[in-house]
Amino acid sequence: MTAYIVRRLLATIPVMVVVALFVFLLLHLTPGDPAAVIAGDDASPADIEAIRRKLGLDLAIWQQFVIYVGNLLRGDLGTSIFSNLPVLTLVKQRLEPSLVLAVSTLVLAIALAIPMGVLAAWKARSWIDRVVMGFSVLGFAVPVFLIGYLLIYVFAIELRWLPVQGYRPLAQGIEQTARSILLPAIALSMVYMALIARMTRASMLEVLSEDYIRTAHSKGVATIVVLLRHALKNAAVPIVTVIGIGLTLLISGVVITETVFNIPGLGRLTVDAILKRDYPIIQGLIILFAGAKVLVNLMIDISYVFFDPRIRY
Amino acid sequence: MAAVITAAVPAASSSLDWIRRNPTIVIGSTILGLFVAIALIAPWIAGDPLSFDPLNRLKRPSKEFWFGTDQFGRDVFSRVVYGTRISLIVGVSVAVIATVTGLLVGVLCGYYRRLDDIVMRVMDGLMAIPAILLAIALITLMKASLLIVVIAISIPEIPRVVRLVRSVVLSVRGLPYIEAAVASGARSRIIMTRHILPSTVAPLVVQSTYVCASAILIEAGLSFLGAGTPPEIPSWGNVISLGRAFFQISPWIIFFPGLMLAIAVLAINLVGDGLRDSLDPRIARRM
Repeated sequence: MTAYIVRRLLATIPVMVVVALFVFLLLHLTPGDPAAVIAGDDASPADIEAIRRKLGLDLAIWQQFVIYVGNLLRGDLGTSIFSNLPVLTLVKQRLEPSLVLAVSTLVLAIALAIPMGVLAAWKARSWIDRVVMGFSVLGFAVPVFLIGYLLIYVFAIELRWLPVQGYRPLAQGIEQTARSILLPAIALSMVYMALIARMTRASMLEVLSEDYIRTAHSKGVATIVVLLRHALKNAAVPIVTVIGIGLTLLISGVVITETVFNIPGLGRLTVDAILKRDYPIIQGLIILFAGAKVLVNLMIDISYVFFDPRIRY
Repeated sequence: MAAVITAAVPAASSSLDWIRRNPTIVIGSTILGLFVAIALIAPWIAGDPLSFDPLNRLKRPSKEFWFGTDQFGRDVFSRVVYGTRISLIVGVSVAVIATVTGLLVGVLCGYYRRLDDIVMRVMDGLMAIPAILLAIALITLMKASLLIVVIAISIPEIPRVVRLVRSVVLSVRGLPYIEAAVASGARSRIIMTRHILPSTVAPLVVQSTYVCASAILIEAGLSFLGAGTPPEIPSWGNVISLGRAFFQISPWIIFFPGLMLAIAVLAINLVGDGLRDSLDPRIARRM
């Protein structure tokens, strides 16, 4: 097991090297002068030159790459062009809201979607199944900003139950945070729920047709026990896999959802960086998000052992 | 799209029968056809999407302005109608670029095993980057244009197509008829194009519909964030983005383009789901 984890950890290195190489090359292979584009239309030659020096574009390309990788290895994600602050510092300032949003979305989606999928598979071809499948088809189509604004309109503007926008940090009390994060988490969880519910249903349908399920039923095991202990546990591997795949959706979704709900998290950091064309910030965020995704996928692979003891590493 | 759909129909069954068995394809492609029609006849059904009208700012939906007006007095209906063009162009171009590139790389990878190791590492790396961020990075470094947006959205979609094609090629490669072709001295190029390529078509057609839907959503997302189609082009994402500041007093600026977006993506996904079920019963049972 330990050997497997070590091997998998080592296997993440080439992936991250490709990611780092990609964001690095992007800066150099894009046609045109990136320094000029970043500086904007009304920049003087001196401004452009300053940005070029800041990005290190005046050095030879191999020198730049060595410096860049060296910095990454020391945990230096780069420095913002405009604020001159290290990207890591900016990320730390904005991390809490994004993390709270992502985790609440994940919990909400899993807590609702798995029961939905189990129910749909158990009552396959009934109206419950149709509602769940209909929901999951819709969930894939309706963009998060439409759901977000609809939720704001109904629950914050018309009914006035929840705050319209903004975020209350955990330091101000968890209840305030929960109130401010509820609508964004619902909006963001829709597509995720659609994905998980669909996979849960499919995976459960396959397992429920197995002989041992019929055996369990016929020896009088309660339906709920059959569904959860006999079926769901054996249907878990594809479900866990799809939760991992959906993580990319979640990261993209966080950026858009934070913009809809005016949450000062990593998404806002991204949007501000777009407006100012602050490439080092975007570069740093890509490394960070890609790293997070690779690590979560690793954890998911390891979790298979728990769901399926036949899997041995 | 229509050609693909008719090609998938088994010739023996009557068309009415086919419609009954594939309601999602029929519903989806009907809606899609409507969107294509709207895009084509935009100049005849909608006014100028760019003309400012300071007297009619932020007007509610009415007989005169079906979808209301935005903060510059521009007709939201016209903008949404013209936005259909942008979304369809982006969706179809990305689907074509990603599918063709992915097919090429995937077949080569599946066939030449040594190439496979290197290329798949690159694909793994690309797939680790969230699509929206990858596109944002590209767009930050280049002057915004529709072409850049299309390319930026295509790149993150390519690895998914490559993986799909590669897995099909790998599963076909070991089959006796390929061995027979190799044994009878067929050249690699012939084996790839004549014997392997055809088995990738069905899954690719399905995948390309999903790529198309996802591209339309990502374009809207990027424009919404201010990193997409240049703001002077009325794409659905741009209309929504401009509506943000006035959402509380004029929600219609956001709702109508958002609704169109959802319906378009829904229609494409319906076609994709239907094609998947009718082209590949094995996947259908699994999903």
